[in-house]
Amino acid sequence: MIIELTHYLVLAAILFTIGVFGIFLNRRNLIIILMSIELMLLAVNVNFIAFSQMAFADLAGQVFSMFVLTVAAAESAIGLAILVVFFRTRGSIAVEDISTLKG
Amino acid sequence: MFEALAFYLFAGLLLFSAAVVITARNPVHGVLFLILAFFNAAGLFVLIGAEFLAFILLIVYVGAVAVLFLFVVMMLDIDFADLRSGVRRHALIGGGVGALLLAELVFMLVGREFVPGESLSVTPPGALTNTEALGRVLYTEYAFPFQLAGLILLVAMVGAITLTLRRRDDVRRQDIAAQHARRREDVVEIQKVTPGTGV
Repeated sequence: MIIELTHYLVLAAILFTIGVFGIFLNRRNLIIILMSIELMLLAVNVNFIAFSQMAFADLAGQVFSMFVLTVAAAESAIGLAILVVFFRTRGSIAVEDISTLKG
Repeated sequence: MFEALAFYLFAGLLLFSAAVVITARNPVHGVLFLILAFFNAAGLFVLIGAEFLAFILLIVYVGAVAVLFLFVVMMLDIDFADLRSGVRRHALIGGGVGALLLAELVFMLVGREFVPGESLSVTPPGALTNTEALGRVLYTEYAFPFQLAGLILLVAMVGAITLTLRRRDDVRRQDIAAQHARRREDVVEIQKVTPGTGV
């Protein structure tokens, strides 16, 4: 049994779908939404690295995957900082409470 | 054979722990399973031969991001049971959208052949280790994007600190300028005390 590129792509597709499903499932809990975004970015990374190593023998995919990691780290740091500040002012992290700008 | 076995082990554990992450009742368990998912993804990366990214994933994600999540989950006093209300209703819509997305992705992938185009940096297999090869392109062809990534991290750090730093009035803080501005004659008084009388 040989593992091919398609195996990795299907795995990444399933992982991405789990991430999307997680956002729908926990639509009120901001922390789990952020974790779902991390899962989706991980799926993207699996795709990039699988293409880079198995299909094209091109390192561009791995370099780009590193940039994805960088942006994901920055995103979760800022996201959690906003979450902490929001919890301090409102005492809640439910997404539907974040509606001050709605008027 | 070993490769296939390892792939299915890592992939199965990865998907299982991802599923636990989004369904866990207790978010602390969710974060711990997120860490397990990252470990399995790193195992997959090692299996493909991208060792450097596997270890970057462990260092950056498990070492920093997941611990950050854990820290925030434990620090905030949140009623998580209340946040789970309405999950049934959302699961229906989410399941529909998820199934559609998965069907589209798999339909697009299966039975397709990917032909390499003009590649920027082909490394001959076996000539260099993965880390060495990445280092060679990262500091030459991708030097500017690499610097830009550092800048993004700097901005994220400054942003996170300015967002969460708060001055509290009810605690005593060290005021270094005030300490330096103290002068000897303001705070010390020398008195000659004759024995037996006191001040």
